[in-house]
Parts: sequence; structure tokens; C-alpha cells
Amino acid sequence: MTTDAALNADVIGKRNEHLYFALRNPKVVIGLSIVLGLLLLGLIGPLFLSSSPTAYVGPKSEAPSADYWFGTTVHGRDVFVQFAHGLRSSYLVGFLGGGIAFVIGLTIGFTAGYRGGLTDEFLNMLTNVVLVLPALVVLIVISSYMEVRGVVTQGVIIGLFSWPWVARAVRAQTFTLRNRDYVDLARLTGKRSPQIVVREVMPNMASYLLMSMILLFGGAILFASMLDFIGLGPTNAVSLGTMMQQSMAWAAIHLGLWWWFVPPGLAITAIVGALYITNVGLDEVFNPKLREM
Amino acid sequence: MGRYFRRKLLIYGVTFFIAVTINFAIPRLMPGDPVARMLNRHSVSNSESAAALRTYFEDVFGFDVPLWQQYLNYWTALLQGDLGVSVFAFPSPVSSVVLDALPYTIGLLVPAILLSWIVGNGLGAMAARSKWLDNSVLPLGYLLTAVPYMWLAILLVWSGGVLLDWFPAARGYSLSMQPNLSWAFFVDLVHHWFLPFLSLFIVALGGWAIGMRNLVIYELESDYSNYLQALGAPRRLVRRYAFRNAMLPQISGLALQLGVVVGGALVTEVVFAYPGLGSLLLNAINNQDFFLLQGILLFIVIGVLLFNFLADVAFVLVDPRTRLGLEGGQS
Amino acid sequence: MALEVEDLRVHYRTLRGDVRALDGVSFGLADGEIMGLAGESGCGKTTLGKSLIRLDGRMRHVGGRAVLDGGELPIADDKAMNRRRYRDVSIIPQYSMSAMNPTRKIGKLTADLLRAKGESFRELRPELVRRLELVGLSEQVLDNYPIELSGGMKQRMVMVLSTLLDPSLLIADEVTSALDVSNQKAVAETLVRFRELGFVKSMVVVTHDLSLVYQIADSIMIMYAGRIVEKGPADTIINAPRHPYTRALIEALPEVGLEYGDRRLKSIPGKPPQLLNPPTGCRFRDRCELAHDRCIEDPPAVDLAPDHTASCWKVVD
Ligand SMILES: Nc1ncnc2c1ncn2[C@@H]1O[C@H](COP(=O)(O)OP(=O)(O)OP(=O)(O)O)[C@@H](O)[C@H]1O
Ligand code: SF4
Ligand SMILES: [Mg+2]
Repeated sequence: MTTDAALNADVIGKRNEHLYFALRNPKVVIGLSIVLGLLLLGLIGPLFLSSSPTAYVGPKSEAPSADYWFGTTVHGRDVFVQFAHGLRSSYLVGFLGGGIAFVIGLTIGFTAGYRGGLTDEFLNMLTNVVLVLPALVVLIVISSYMEVRGVVTQGVIIGLFSWPWVARAVRAQTFTLRNRDYVDLARLTGKRSPQIVVREVMPNMASYLLMSMILLFGGAILFASMLDFIGLGPTNAVSLGTMMQQSMAWAAIHLGLWWWFVPPGLAITAIVGALYITNVGLDEVFNPKLREM
Repeated sequence: MGRYFRRKLLIYGVTFFIAVTINFAIPRLMPGDPVARMLNRHSVSNSESAAALRTYFEDVFGFDVPLWQQYLNYWTALLQGDLGVSVFAFPSPVSSVVLDALPYTIGLLVPAILLSWIVGNGLGAMAARSKWLDNSVLPLGYLLTAVPYMWLAILLVWSGGVLLDWFPAARGYSLSMQPNLSWAFFVDLVHHWFLPFLSLFIVALGGWAIGMRNLVIYELESDYSNYLQALGAPRRLVRRYAFRNAMLPQISGLALQLGVVVGGALVTEVVFAYPGLGSLLLNAINNQDFFLLQGILLFIVIGVLLFNFLADVAFVLVDPRTRLGLEGGQS
Repeated sequence: MALEVEDLRVHYRTLRGDVRALDGVSFGLADGEIMGLAGESGCGKTTLGKSLIRLDGRMRHVGGRAVLDGGELPIADDKAMNRRRYRDVSIIPQYSMSAMNPTRKIGKLTADLLRAKGESFRELRPELVRRLELVGLSEQVLDNYPIELSGGMKQRMVMVLSTLLDPSLLIADEVTSALDVSNQKAVAETLVRFRELGFVKSMVVVTHDLSLVYQIADSIMIMYAGRIVEKGPADTIINAPRHPYTRALIEALPEVGLEYGDRRLKSIPGKPPQLLNPPTGCRFRDRCELAHDRCIEDPPAVDLAPDHTASCWKVVD
């Protein structure tokens, strides 16, 4: 066997091994089941529910029943329908906000770490500035100037402000990785820098990147729910955050309509919590040190 | 050390500059006429003040001069402490409206942050030493960090304020009271303060506990811990070192987490109708009171930067590595 | 004999099963002997060193024992072992550069450690300063943080610290790998000096650098895949090795000169077997040019001379 073949076999073996351990890690399995289960509900739920989340369908302020699984609001809207639609918005915001933040953080972190020098100075400064800016307040100011707000715009502006810690971590990792021999080797053979980064540095950080993507996803969902709750949610859609905002606005707490405000908050907690637990599990999978015993 | 502080101050300076610039730019970049929108909201109120407002806004935005001059004027006004006039509390200046609300927010935030930090670190350090405790602290910690701040606040209002009726469900002090320096008012104040404080405290707790647990475990596996143990040092000494070293990142974490906790405080205040910046923010949004909104942003940015600076000073005091400046400007 | 190790077995527990990092290791170490321990990466050198002082959480003592100065070393009993650590057995770890708590002044750290071991820092301080000067460090370093020291200084500081209580056995794991050539030489010479001055009685020096260990060691022991393949006087091992693996190792060296250099072990074709499920019989079989039918059984350890043993069927014949 040539060394090359041996190396390749090792890489494949490693991937399978990760998958093998991931599927046997209870944290990963439980976490992912919750996340995917709720995602499924958000994706296909609305397809089966005939009514719109803003339609007045039933009796007012009714407790959960066979007809209205999660009860109805003070206006007689079906909470379960809102919930299913809200899940959809939350996941969308999570994907968009998390995805955008991830791409920005990755690009800035790689560029800074790989280029070094002045580029690094500038990007590092930028990262630190965005890091200390209280993002929620800035987002509030920006959102409040927008007359029409959609889930997509919300995801985008959240993404624009939540990348710094990824950039920081990626920068640090790239710094250490780029000094390793194989990157030098690649550079000697005349590959261009983006190529080197993608081919050589990325795979070495894959596990780390996957985990930060998960954290960003959860963070974006939490972020969006706070904006929504202040009344800066999407103007054209229902989200879990706006459900809580509406329940507050219509004094659901004092009227005792717990079915209105418990499910959305619980769902967010479940999604984000499950994501965190998945991450702990993945950490054990990727770090054999934690896996032993 | 000098380099470290110079770097930090530069970052804070730039941050402040950018925050102000965002404030300046957003109303001018967003589609639509901000003056019209602000007036729209208030055309219902008496026409006299509406007219006063119109002239005032047009004056403040000063759209008739070139952009760079608008920008300079903006800074000049700002540096003179002029943040404009609040629309919803017209004609009070924004700065005085914000300053009135500020003590409530600070009174909520500072104890919540510091106590959650202290208790969380303690819990985390304990979790790192006992498997049994770890198995309960860790999942609970993750659960808490996943809870949206306002949801826990809602649950607390519902359970402690409505169902049990142990605590007031809203406001900073009873309607029947006037703020004064009496004992009775103080008790009333604390009574109202407790639930929002608890809410913030609990949510923030989880993150600190998890962070500390992971850091202590990391330190316990570090080379110096291994060396000490190989030389037969008792667990006590090894733990003490690990704990101390794990505190250091937690101090800088305190500054980094601040933005998030401030956000949490804002929504928590909204739930409790607590008369701090959060409720003010909600009012500003509902009334399209942009000057107030920007004033609040500015105050929060300044507060966060000040706090960050304090954390930096604390960090330098406890960490010889930064103090000696040998690790280069850790930023 | 200062140290007598008999059939030592230490495994790493993993989800996939036990990694048999030490699988029946026996050897002796005479009073005042400096023994070099060499072998390819992953053969169990560090594991052996750690087994004699402290098993980490993943290591399990499966069998065998170690006797130091006539008394049993309670390898598997962490508490009992704690009393022996530092005083009787000490270590200069592979990671000396980061072995000291970065946020504590070196003097304070030393005081903490000594106090925890029931010694008086005040009484030991003059001796400590004397030894620091011996390795070329001033008393001043006690007021420094570890980061204020250069790599070589840190290494020497750890050497002094580790041997301050005059242990009977010292394990030095790759103490020279992180240093440049001139520092390597100084450190190696310091080790010998420490023995001559009676700071330590006997020593196990783990290394990749056979030419370096040849300069300072009395004997050399070669490990392969969790087992000992050959042990003998340094001269014999370098100039007249008997085990095929040792021979391959020595041949892979360009030339065992007298000067120090960074001549590390060159690799021999093939890879050592993995230790999760090691093959039966001689573990070098796959790579051995002399392998024959009998090698399917475990080769016995053969005494070739009073202080020279090798485990190989070819040696028996
Ligand atoms: N924590 C661990 N978990 C599982 N296996 C381990 C662990 N540590 C070491 N091993 C395995 O035990 C064997 C011996 O490792 P050891 O560290 O003793 O080798 P070594 O001879 O010191 O190597 P090197 O020259 O690279 O330092 C190796 O095969 C290694 O894979
Ligand atoms: S026992 Fe056999 S295989 Fe092993 S080293 Fe000796 S000759 Fe080679
Ligand atoms: Mg080793």
C-alpha cells in the first residue's frame, strides 16, 4: 500500500467513525430528534392545517381541546396553527441568520488568519468592534426604521451582527494551522491561497465549524424571538416571538391563557436547548479524549 | 500593558464612533421620510405642539445642508450633550428621559450580572469536581441558556405574580406611592424589583455555570495540573490553581456577555412593565420616537464600553500574562 | 536493584476496547543506573514512564508490579502512591515548557508544592538556590512568572524542581525534544551531573534520539508495540544489537557519531501493529526479515549476557 492510499483510507475511516459514534451518542440522537421533529412540524404542519394563523376560527379564549390542540387566543385564533407557522419562521430565521453570520465569520476569520499583517489588523479591529456593540439594541434601532419587516430581512440583519466570535475563533485556528507543514507544502507547489484554505485548512477545522454553525443557528433564533417580542417582528408573518408579544399585549397572563404563551417559549427553549445538547454530544464524538470512558 | 490598554481604548473609541455613525446614517438611509413618519404619529395630539415639533424636526435633521455638514452638526450637538427632544415625552429632552429610566435598569442589571456570575462560577466549579452534581448542573445549565429571557419573565409573572400573588406583576413601585426616601418606599421598590431580577439572574446563571465547568475541567487536564499531580500534590492545590486560572477567561467573558444580558434586561423590563430603559424603548418604538430610540442606543453603548473597560482593568490586575505584556496585546 | 518491574500490564480504556499499551513489561534498573528508553512513536514509552509515577484517568493497571528500593510501588493505588511521588519517584515531563502554572510566580509555586508535601520551603530554599545556580539560573527566577523564562530556562527550572527532594527514581520524558542542539547537550549533561551529585539515584531517560542517549546512558532498553525487545549496556545495544528490530533501528541511523545532532530514529518500512487487538506471537513479525514459523508464538526473553536480554526466536537458536 502506498502512503497516499493509506492516508485516504485513514480519512474515510475517520469519517465513518465519526458518524458511527455520532449515531450512538445519546446526546446527539436526542438533540437532533427534537430539532428535526419540530422542524418537520413547522415544515409540513402548515400544509395540513387549513386555516391561516390570523383567521378567527373558533370560540374565544378556549383552553386546549381535541378541536383546538393548543386552545385559542382572546380573539379566537387557533394557537396550534400559529405555533406551526411560528416554528417555520423561527427555523427560517435560524438558517438565514446563522448561515449568513457563519459565512461572514468564516470569510473574515480565514482572511485575517491567513493573510496576517495589515489585513489582519483591520479585520481584527472590525471584529472587536462588532463584538462589543450591543447587537440587540442596534438591531432594534435598525428594525424600527423599517416599515415593512419580513422574516428574511430579519434573518439577514441578525446575520450581519452575530458573526464576530466565529471570526475570532476561526482566525485563531487558521493562525495555528497555517504554520503547519502541509500548508507550506501546498504553497510551495504553487496553489493559490483560497485553494489552500479550502483544501487544507477547512477539513482540519470541519468539526469546529459544524459546531459553531449549530450555535449560531440557535443564537439567531433566540435573537429573533427577542426582536419579535419587542414588537419588531415580521409584519407579514407569525413567529414564536410575536405570539408571545401578542399574548402579553392582550394580557394573556392575567386572563390565565397559559396555552397562548407557554408553547412558543417552550418550543424555542426546546429547539435551542436541543441544539446545545447536540453540540455537547458532537464534541464528545470529535474529541476522542472526551469519548473514552 | 500600555499597548494592551491603548489597543482596547482604540477599539472602544472606534466602536463609539461607529455607533454614532449608525445613529446618524440609519434615518437617512432608510426609505421613507422620517420626519413625516414621526409627525404622522403625533398629528393627533394638539396642533400647537405638532407645529412646534415640525419646525424642531426639520431643524434637527437639517436636510437642507450637505450631508457632511449634517454629520458634523450631528457630532457637535452630541458632544454638547444634546440628544434631541423626545416625541413621546415632548418636550423633555431625550437625555433627561433616559436618565430618569437609567437607575432602574442599572439596579436590575448590575446585581443580576454580578450575582449570576459569582453563583454560576461557584456552581460550575463544584460541578467540575463531582460527577453527580455535574450530571444535574450541565443539562440544567444548557436548558437555562436556551430559555428566551422574556419567556422566563412571563412564567415568573404568571406564577409568582398572578397565580401565587406573592409579588407585584408589574411596575417599579406601587401606583399609590410617590418616590421618596422612606423605608416603606424602599421595601416596595425591592418587592417590585425582585421578580425581574430573579428572571435575569436565572437565565444568565446557566451560561456562567457551564462556562466555568468547562474551563475548570480544561484547566484540570492542562499540563501544569498533570505535573502537580505527578509530583503528588494534593487535589486541593491542583483545584485551587485550576479554579483561579479558569476565572480569568470568565472575567473577559463578563464583558463579552454584557451585550446579551443587556438585551435580556430590556425584554424582561418589557414583561414586567419595569420603568427602565426597556420599557422606554418599547414606548419609543410604539411612538416612532426616533430621537429617544437613538438616545437609548447611545447610552447603552456608552455603558457597555465603560463596563468593558472596567473588566479590562480587572483582567490586567489578575492576569500576570497581560500585565507583563509578553503575550502581545491580547484583544 | 533500585527498580524491579515484573510483567507490568497497563491498558487504556476506550469505547472500542482496551488499548494494551504495556503488555507484559519486565526489566530491572540498578542503583545509579541511567537507562535510555527508545522505540518508535506509540510503542508505550510514555505509558511506561507514567505507570511508574501516576496513571491518568484512562489508564488501568491490569497486572504486574514494580518494586522500588525493596518496597512495592502501589501503582494502582493513587492515594498510597501519592506519598511516594516526588520523594521516591519523580518526573521531568515531556511538556516541561508548560509544566508550571502560568499565573503563579515560580517561587510561590514551589512553596505551594513543598508545603503541600509537608516540607518547609524556608528550610529548603538555600539548597534550591544552590541547585538553581548549578544549572545556571539566578535566585531571581523565583520572582518571575514562567512566561518570563526562555524555553531552556524553563526546562532547567523544572529539572531542579522535580529533583529537589532527591528522588530515588527519576523519569525524564523527551526532555530534549523541544530544545535546540546546544540546550540539548546542556540538559543531557545536567542529568548526568544530577546523578553524580546524588540528587537522583537512578534514571529512565525516554527519547527518540539514540545518539544523545548513547552519550549519557549506562544501558539502553528498546520497546516495540507495548513490549520490551532488548535491553543491554549502551555500547552493546548501539554496536552489537541482537534483536532484529534493534538492528533495524540502529541501521536506520546514518552513523552513530560521537557528536550530538538531530539524528532521530528513521522509520523502518511498515507500521507497528495497533495495540487494540495486537497480533499473537512476536509483534515485529510483519516487518521482520528473519521471521519464521516459530515467530507465531511469543518469543522468550533470552539472557545473552548477565545484563543483556533480547526477546527473539532467532536469538535463541
Ligand atoms: N489516552 C489514550 N487513549 C487510548 N490510547 C492511548 C492513549 N494514550 C496513548 N495511547 C496508546 O498507547 C500507545 C502507547 O502510547 P505512548 O504515549 O506511551 O507512546 P510513546 O512511546 O510515548 O510515543 P511517543 O514517542 O510518540 O511519545 C499508543 O499506541 C497510543 O495509541
Ligand atoms: S521473533 Fe521472529 S519475528 Fe520476532 S524479531 Fe525474532 S525473528 Fe523477527
Ligand atoms: Mg511519549
